[in-house]
Amino acid sequence: MMNFIEGLLQYGFLQKALTTSIMVGIICGVIGCFIILRGMALMGDAISHAVLPGVALSYLLGINFFFGAVFTGILTALGIGFISQNSRIKNDVSIGIMFTAAFASGIILITFMKSSTDLYHILFGNVLAVRPSEMWSTLFIGILVLVCVYVFYKELLVSSFDPTMAAAYGLPTRLIHYFLMTLLTLVTVASLQTVGIILVVAMLITPASTAYLLTNRLWVMLYLSAGIGVLASILGLYFSYTYNLASGATIVLAATALFVLAFVFSPKQGLMWRAIKNFRKREMYSRIKLDRED
Amino acid sequence: MSPAYFLREEGVIMNIAISVKELYVSYFGNEALKNVSFTINEGNLVGIIGPNGAGKSTLLKALLNLISKDKGEVQILGKSIKEMRTKVAYVPQRSNIDWDFPITVIDTVLLGTYPSLGIFKRPKKIDKAWAYECLEKVGIAEFRNRQIGELSGGQQQRVFLARALAQKPEMYFLDEPFVGVDVTSEETIILILKELRDSGKTVVVVHHDLSKVTHYFNELILLNKELIDYGAVEDVIKPEVLGKAYGNQFPSITAIEVSV
Repeated sequence: MMNFIEGLLQYGFLQKALTTSIMVGIICGVIGCFIILRGMALMGDAISHAVLPGVALSYLLGINFFFGAVFTGILTALGIGFISQNSRIKNDVSIGIMFTAAFASGIILITFMKSSTDLYHILFGNVLAVRPSEMWSTLFIGILVLVCVYVFYKELLVSSFDPTMAAAYGLPTRLIHYFLMTLLTLVTVASLQTVGIILVVAMLITPASTAYLLTNRLWVMLYLSAGIGVLASILGLYFSYTYNLASGATIVLAATALFVLAFVFSPKQGLMWRAIKNFRKREMYSRIKLDRED
Repeated sequence: MSPAYFLREEGVIMNIAISVKELYVSYFGNEALKNVSFTINEGNLVGIIGPNGAGKSTLLKALLNLISKDKGEVQILGKSIKEMRTKVAYVPQRSNIDWDFPITVIDTVLLGTYPSLGIFKRPKKIDKAWAYECLEKVGIAEFRNRQIGELSGGQQQRVFLARALAQKPEMYFLDEPFVGVDVTSEETIILILKELRDSGKTVVVVHHDLSKVTHYFNELILLNKELIDYGAVEDVIKPEVLGKAYGNQFPSITAIEVSV
């Protein structure tokens, strides 16, 4: 642990890695809450994969890869919506069709880029190699996403909880859906360096699900989820640095470990408390039965 | 009978609350509503009844412009629904709600203040106090800090009625509010709906249980894709009229009461 802290004080790359992964932990945690509450976990996975061709295209065209990523991310979201609304194909199937198609085209496009290490980094992330420019863009996206969620909190809440009521009083629910997809794409791009495309879905849904087990209020869930995301990022980074392991994998496993803790020990939803409560009830009833036999 | 009701009977001019002209709705070419026209005056408690698949919920959603219509015109208080959105409250079917959502009872009611707040503004103390008042009205203020899934079906329905009240609308649309609801809750809900009617609001309820319609509503819309009949309850709830909508599904009202 001391080693890690010394490293932090000493090495700029580690400071940048920490800042970036904390930011990613926060924004993934926040957006992830809305993703899981809207039942869009699979959609999160899809959009994160669909970013690949956009990133590749941006490289080829020499533009900032945010533009390409947002473009293909939204295009895929639109395609998924179009297919499931205009045919008997169910939503999850349409997601499966579209995102694999996008991902596959991404792989083809990437082969036009010269080095294969780029693909590896995009897919799996490498937070210890974060460049200052990337750290700043992550910070910028992070602030943008948080401001959006803060400003439209009310609308996001009501359209996630009761979309019919939201539509009935005139909220553009479809627009809100695509707005959230845009934020999701931005978050995915911001997470490329830390956890990579393949594992970003874990950062979206695991801390949010952990928080979901711990509270009955959305705003508490947002803070908890962000906090858990940050904790997972720091823990993951520590293990990655100390044992020279892939950062994306260690961060995700740290998040999973926190989820398991909540799953077992959560006061209301946890396995343990449920078992204890069941046990007590059965104990009580069996005693009543014995009393009667006396 | 309530005073407001008498006034209306004596011919005091009431404004038209809802007018529907030649409404057609279809789902992918399958007709759900055909040529439906009617006008409802203000201050009525109207039940929409009809057999399964008659398009009852569809009609409600079409009135609120939640689904697109093929043809026809809907006016709410003489204006298009788009201008009147904040004047109407909609209570969805219970099955359409995610009861595990991390939201408390009082916060659910507070959602009712959102339409009048508009974007960017947050509910303030006065809005929260109003939400509490609405919750008290439906008699479940004591559960305000519970998560909504912890309530019984009837209590949940009351929460959503409280949310509708919090919107202070001119018109209420409820979709099957009595499904899976205990007797106390049902009585509380119908009492409040009658109070709303008597204070001049218009209440439209999709309902499938024919046994108590005469006690609940003063007007009925009988639907089976087309409008079979619309009018005072006593006129609609006759076997020969009901037969036109239900066909051989229900031979007579007494049989209906037994079977439901």
